[in-house]
Amino acid sequence: MKRTPIYGMMAEFDSATHLVDAAHRTYEAGYLKIDAYSPFPVEGLAEAMGFHKNNVPLVVLIGGLIGGLSGYLMQYWISAVSYPVNVGGKPYHSWPAFIVVTFEMTILFAGISCVFGMLALNGLPMPYHPVFNVPRFAFATKDRFFLIVFSSDPKYSPSETRRFLESLGPRSISEVPS
Amino acid sequence: MDEKRQPVTLDGGSPVIEPGHTFATVTDKISSIVLTRPTSNGWFLGFGIAFLLTMMMLFAIGYLFVRGTGIWGVNIPVGWGFAIVNFVWWIGIGHAGTLISAILLLLRQSWRNSINRFAEAMTLFAVSAAGIFPLIHVGRPWLAYWLFPYPNSMGVWPQFRSPLVWDVFAVSTYATISLLFWFIGLVPDLATLRDRSTNRAAQIIYGMLAMGWRGSARHWHRYETAYLLLAGLATPLVLSVHTVVSFDFAVAIVPGWHTTIFPPYFVAGAIYSGFAMVLMLAIPIRKVYGLEDFITERHLQNSAKVMLATGLIVAYGYAIEAFMGWYSGNRYDAFTLWNRLHGPYAIPYWALLACNIFVPQLLWIRKLRTSPAALFFVSGVILVGMWLERFIIVVVSLQRDFLTSSWGMYYPTRWDWMTYIGTIGMFLAAMFLFVRILPMISIFEMRTLLPEAEVKE
Repeated sequence: MKRTPIYGMMAEFDSATHLVDAAHRTYEAGYLKIDAYSPFPVEGLAEAMGFHKNNVPLVVLIGGLIGGLSGYLMQYWISAVSYPVNVGGKPYHSWPAFIVVTFEMTILFAGISCVFGMLALNGLPMPYHPVFNVPRFAFATKDRFFLIVFSSDPKYSPSETRRFLESLGPRSISEVPS
Repeated sequence: MDEKRQPVTLDGGSPVIEPGHTFATVTDKISSIVLTRPTSNGWFLGFGIAFLLTMMMLFAIGYLFVRGTGIWGVNIPVGWGFAIVNFVWWIGIGHAGTLISAILLLLRQSWRNSINRFAEAMTLFAVSAAGIFPLIHVGRPWLAYWLFPYPNSMGVWPQFRSPLVWDVFAVSTYATISLLFWFIGLVPDLATLRDRSTNRAAQIIYGMLAMGWRGSARHWHRYETAYLLLAGLATPLVLSVHTVVSFDFAVAIVPGWHTTIFPPYFVAGAIYSGFAMVLMLAIPIRKVYGLEDFITERHLQNSAKVMLATGLIVAYGYAIEAFMGWYSGNRYDAFTLWNRLHGPYAIPYWALLACNIFVPQLLWIRKLRTSPAALFFVSGVILVGMWLERFIIVVVSLQRDFLTSSWGMYYPTRWDWMTYIGTIGMFLAAMFLFVRILPMISIFEMRTLLPEAEVKE
């Protein structure tokens, strides 16, 4: 990413309703590179910015399939190919007995890919981020709601964007240094 | 989770959060317990006792490693003894945490939000305590990794047709998923602690654990999807874990073990004892830390109702076991029943019936369901009862099976008791540390319960 001295323009809001409304209007006004921050998941906020689908379910599906398949094939290979042991005349390939471990491996791989996939898609861990430069941003994890227009947005201009954000009725507006 | 955004008071009953709270008060109230509240003498006393008990456990295990399992009461015919009794007891206790965090989330029970965090912590510590027992019971614990399939120069592999190997996979998967679920639920709250703390070291530690969480709408979107999917994965997992534990018994042909009722009856018993432990922890915690606004009468009542329901399933399990002992016409099964009622371990069996079936019927009385003292007492009785149940299943079935020539008695030694009581100490020590250094109630999920969290059109 190109490093610009200013990362974006941030507006602070009092309520979740206000933030969703502001995000929606900003998106409608043609700003595409925007983000919103809230202390808890706000219904319809991501959708207001045109973010509707995420890829976490796909990652979980792939993880689960890999886990289940490798679990079953591992048991088959061990019990029927590498180390066949006759236990009470049971077949080497006793598939009903392999179900439990197959199931557990499915859950294990799906769960691990769920957590790490979500973190990776979110770009976390990321200890430093320019938005932390705004002192008020510490309240984003308490009771305040923030909207940012990134300076990489084609429509971004320091004066125009500030005027637009002011029209949304925020508590305060600050420039985010990069 | 939009469906959780319901009014604070539901269906006219007692509220999930007492009225008058805002985002700021909820945040401050929960985070101040960790960040600003001075550590009390009571905490040091409680932690100190629990820590001493943990040391006792380590001593007992150390001596076990030096001398071998001969210091325990186990012998033929009772080769399983306390190690397996305690393993099943602890792992069962853990189940309530996953039930609260995953199953109640899928069932849209918003009251779970104030108790899920410490119930999940309880799960983790209970599973850790449970995991100790099979490992030290294997005889040569330094070779416990042989339980896992790994390529080795001996050219041998685990036997996948044995429920004991299934159990290794079930319990280790359960421990891993519980840890991930708990940690991922903590991340937004760790970010809150990072931003609220004034201490540099705390900022750095919480900051690293929060991984740079900043509450971005896109992040929350993926986070909620992941949380819901994880709950969906944890739900069948938790039901499978005690099912597989029950297979350890049910797949064997020992009379008293070889029954098909075991899986559902074990799962119900697990949730039963788990909720009892949740209440035994929640009642003192809400009192000491003044959290009655968040853990309300409603939470106590609901937990009591879950205990009553699962307790009746357990009672049904006992009834079916007894009925099948008679109805199957199998003389060994019939004798197992007789031996439970009249044999050398009759007193524990009758105590088990009193603890698990008779005393919990007090919960039908509304007045007792809303009384913390009464609930604390009944929960303690249930935990004792559920421990006795596992003792009866493991010991009484093994001590007199098919041939009278191989009958024997089992008496736990002081080392058995020291290890068992020591794990309770370890569990409590971990809980003490948890309430001191991490938010014991999920702050961000509590915020979603407030009326102001609702987005008005």
